[in-house]
Amino acid sequence: MVNINFMIGGEAGQGVQAIGHVLGKVLARGGYQVFADEDYESRVRGGHSFFRVRASEDEIRAISESVDMLVALDKESIDLHQKELADQGIVIFDADKVKNVGGNSNLFAVPLDRLAQESAKNKLMTNTVALGAALGLASYDRQILSNVISERFGAGDVGKANVAAAAAGYDYVKANFKRDFSHKLTPIGDGKRMLLSGNEAIALGALAAGCKFMAAYPMTPTTPIMEYLASKAKDFDIAVVQPEDEIAAVNMVIGASFAGVRSMTATSGGGFCLMVEGLGLAGMTETPIVVVLGQRAGPAIGLPTRTEQGDLEFAIHAAHGEFPRAVLAPATVEDAFWLTIKAFNLAEKYQTPVILITDQYLASSYATVERFDLSKVTIDRGLLLSKEELAKLGEYKRHKITESGISPSIPLEGGALVVTDSDEHNEEGHLIEDAETRTAMMLKRMRKMEGLMKEIARPRVYGATQPEITLLGWGSTYGAIKEAVALALRDGLAVNLVHLNEIWPFPAEATARVLQGAKKIIAVENNATAQLAHLLRAETGYQIAGKILKFDGRPFSAAHILSQLKQEVR
Amino acid sequence: MVKVADYAGGTTAWCPGCGNFGILVAVKRALVELDIEPYRVLMVSGIGQAGKLPHYTKGNVLNVLHGRTLPAATAAKMVNPELVVIAVGGDGDGYGEGGNHFLHALRRNHDITYLVHNNQVYGLTKGQASPTSDPGFVTKSTPQGASAPIYPLALGIAADGSFVARGFAGDTEHLAGLIKSGIQHKGFAHIDILQPCVTYNHKNTFAWYRERVYKLDESNYDPTNKMAAFEKAQEWGAKIPIGVIYRKQRATFEEQIPALTKGPLVRQKIDPSQVERLFKEFG
Repeated sequence: MVNINFMIGGEAGQGVQAIGHVLGKVLARGGYQVFADEDYESRVRGGHSFFRVRASEDEIRAISESVDMLVALDKESIDLHQKELADQGIVIFDADKVKNVGGNSNLFAVPLDRLAQESAKNKLMTNTVALGAALGLASYDRQILSNVISERFGAGDVGKANVAAAAAGYDYVKANFKRDFSHKLTPIGDGKRMLLSGNEAIALGALAAGCKFMAAYPMTPTTPIMEYLASKAKDFDIAVVQPEDEIAAVNMVIGASFAGVRSMTATSGGGFCLMVEGLGLAGMTETPIVVVLGQRAGPAIGLPTRTEQGDLEFAIHAAHGEFPRAVLAPATVEDAFWLTIKAFNLAEKYQTPVILITDQYLASSYATVERFDLSKVTIDRGLLLSKEELAKLGEYKRHKITESGISPSIPLEGGALVVTDSDEHNEEGHLIEDAETRTAMMLKRMRKMEGLMKEIARPRVYGATQPEITLLGWGSTYGAIKEAVALALRDGLAVNLVHLNEIWPFPAEATARVLQGAKKIIAVENNATAQLAHLLRAETGYQIAGKILKFDGRPFSAAHILSQLKQEVR
Repeated sequence: MVKVADYAGGTTAWCPGCGNFGILVAVKRALVELDIEPYRVLMVSGIGQAGKLPHYTKGNVLNVLHGRTLPAATAAKMVNPELVVIAVGGDGDGYGEGGNHFLHALRRNHDITYLVHNNQVYGLTKGQASPTSDPGFVTKSTPQGASAPIYPLALGIAADGSFVARGFAGDTEHLAGLIKSGIQHKGFAHIDILQPCVTYNHKNTFAWYRERVYKLDESNYDPTNKMAAFEKAQEWGAKIPIGVIYRKQRATFEEQIPALTKGPLVRQKIDPSQVERLFKEFG
C-alpha cells in the first residue's frame, strides 16, 4: 500500500507553498488521496516554512510527522527536519548552495539553481526544478506533472519555462539517482477529486447557501474565505466588503441580514472578541448571522499562523445576557462545506447567530474530496414570508410571540413595516421596560433553543464496539484521532472515538447514549484545559479519566496520539 | 401624497423642551415634502436620546448598539439601494463610540443620510462630557473641565465626505431643507445638528445658539471649495455657520459593487447548482 509523506521546506518567499500545492494536485490527479498542510511564520519573507503532502490509496485526513522525502530549499530545512526522516527517507537539496550538511546517506544532491538557470533561464524556478526532482524520485507520471504546471502557470512563456524546469529536475534524478527509493507512485485512478482546503470549502458552502453579503476584516487563518468570495462577487451576485474593523464587519452583517439577505463574516479569535457585542445584538434583534471563527493559538496575538482549539467555550458563551445560538465545528473539509450550508439554514430558521468554529489547521490544510452533490443542498429560509404570505397574515409583528419562539420575518420590501430594537422590546419591536413583556420576550427567544436542539447531529462514533478506552474529540482533530484509533486497533487495543462536530446546543442525550458503559474516557483536544471535557461534565455528568492535550500551535498526528494513549494505558 | 400624519409615531420620552423635538419635526417634514412613503424608509439608530427618534415616527426601524449605526445602515443600503436609509445618533454615539465607523463611512461614500444630534453632552447617562463639549465644560466626569473637542465637520471634510452640513434644532424649516438635500444627495450626507440639551447643558442653550448661528448663503459661499470649507468647518465661537459646508460629487460605494448592477441583492434568487462550475478550479 502506498503511503508517502513529502515535505517541502524553505524560507517564506521561496515558493514552498506554491510547489507544495502543485504537488498535491499532481498526486490527486493521478487518483491518490492527498492530505496537505502548511506551516509558516508570521512574516512575508525569510524564516522557515514547510508544506507537507501526504498521499495514499486510502483516505487520509491528518498529518504525519514521519517524512519520506524532504525537499530542502535551504539548509535550515535539513537542520530542522532531518530527524523526522523515515527509514530510507531521502533529502533532496542543492549542494551548490547548501554546504556542511554532513555525510548522511539520506542526502541526495540535485543542482536545483543550476538546472533552473539552464532549463528555464530563471533561478526563480528553483522550486519547480525541486518539484520535478521529487516526482522523478517517485517515478511519477511526467505528463500529469506537466499538465498541472501548465494549468497553474498558464500556456505562455512562464508556464512553458516552469514545465521545462520541472522536466530538468525529473530527468536529473532519473539519470543520477542510483539507489532504490522505496516509494514508487504510479497513477491509480481518474483523479476526479478536488483538492480543497477548509477555507475554500466554507467559501463554496456560502455560495451554495446563497450568501449575498460578506463583510470581513483580514485575519489569519480565515482571510482566504473573504478573498475567494470577493473573486466570485460579480459572478455570484454577492457583495464583499472589507470594513474598518471587525466591529463594523459584524454590525454590517446584521444590517444586511435585517434588510433580507443571507450574510456572513469570518475572523479569528482576536476579531471574534471585537464581534462579541454584535452577537448579542443579533440575538436580541433576532437577526440571522453566520460567523466563521477560525481559531488560532491565543490569547492576544498568540501564534498568529498556528492552530489551537482554545475558543470553544468562548464561542458558546460570548456576549452578555442569554440568547439562543448554535455552534458547529467541522471535522473535515466535507463538513466545512455542508456545515456552512447548515449554519445559514439554522441562522435563518431560528433567526439567531450561528458560529462555525474551525481552526488554522482545518482552514489551511487541503484534502482530496469528491465533488459535492449539489442536489443534496437544501435552502431552508424558515418563516421568511413572501409578499403573498404576508398579505394573508394581516397584521405583522416582527417579534410576534409564538409557540416555537420563531416569528415570521419579511424583507424590507413594503407590505409591512419592520421594527426591532437592541433594547428589550414588545412584539412590534418598540422598546419596553415592563417586567411582564420582558419575561415573555426572554421566554420566546429562549424557546428557540428547543427547536435548535433537535437540529444538532449525534456524535460520530468509530472503532471498537466494546471499548476499554474512548477517545473524545471535536472539530478538526477528527482525522488524526480516527487514524490513531485505527492504529490502536491494529495493535490490539480496544479503543473507540466519540467525536462531536455540532456542539451547541450540546447534544447531551445523544452523547450520553454513545458514552454509556464507557470505561475510560480520554479527551483529545488542541488546547490546554480540555474544554469539551468540561462541557461534557456540565451537560452529562460524564467525567473524563485522562487528557491528551496539545497547545504548542501544531496539529495532532495519529502517531503522537497513539504514543500518548499507550502511556495512559500503561 | 404622503402626509405628516403618515409619520405619526409613539409617545416621546424626551424632556420637555428638548432640542430633539425640533429634529423630529424636521425629519418628518423632509420625508413628507419628498413624498417618501414610510415603507421605503429604513431608520437605523444608535444608543442615547437621539437613538429613540425612529420610534417616534414611522418606517422600518433597526435600533442597534451604541456607536454602530453606520455599519448596519450602510450594509442595509448595499443590500437594497432602493431603501431611503437614514442613520440617527448623538455626538457620543457617532463621534465617540462610533468614531472609526464615521471616518470610514465618509471615505467610502455610502449613499445614506447621517443625522447627528449634537448636544455636546451625554444625556442618557446623565450629564457627562462628550467629544464635542466645549473646552472647560464642567461635568461630574470632568470636574476640571472638558479637554479639546473634535470638529466633526472638519473631520468630515478631511475624510473627503461628499456632503458635510450643519443644522440647528431651533430652525426646523432650515433643518428640514438640509435633510431633504441630504436625502437627495448621491452619497454620504453627514448633517451635524446643534441640539440644545435643556437638562444637562446649561451653556449651549437655545439662546446661546440663536445669538451665534448664521445661515451660509450660497450666493457668496462656495461649498465646493475644500480649503474654504475646511476653514468654515472650524468656525466656532461668536459666529457659528449652518448650512451645507462642503459638497463634492463622487462615486458612491454602492455604484462600485458589481453585484448590484442586476438590482437589489435582496431580490436575487438562490441557486446552489451554480456552484458546480467552480469545482473544476480545484481538480
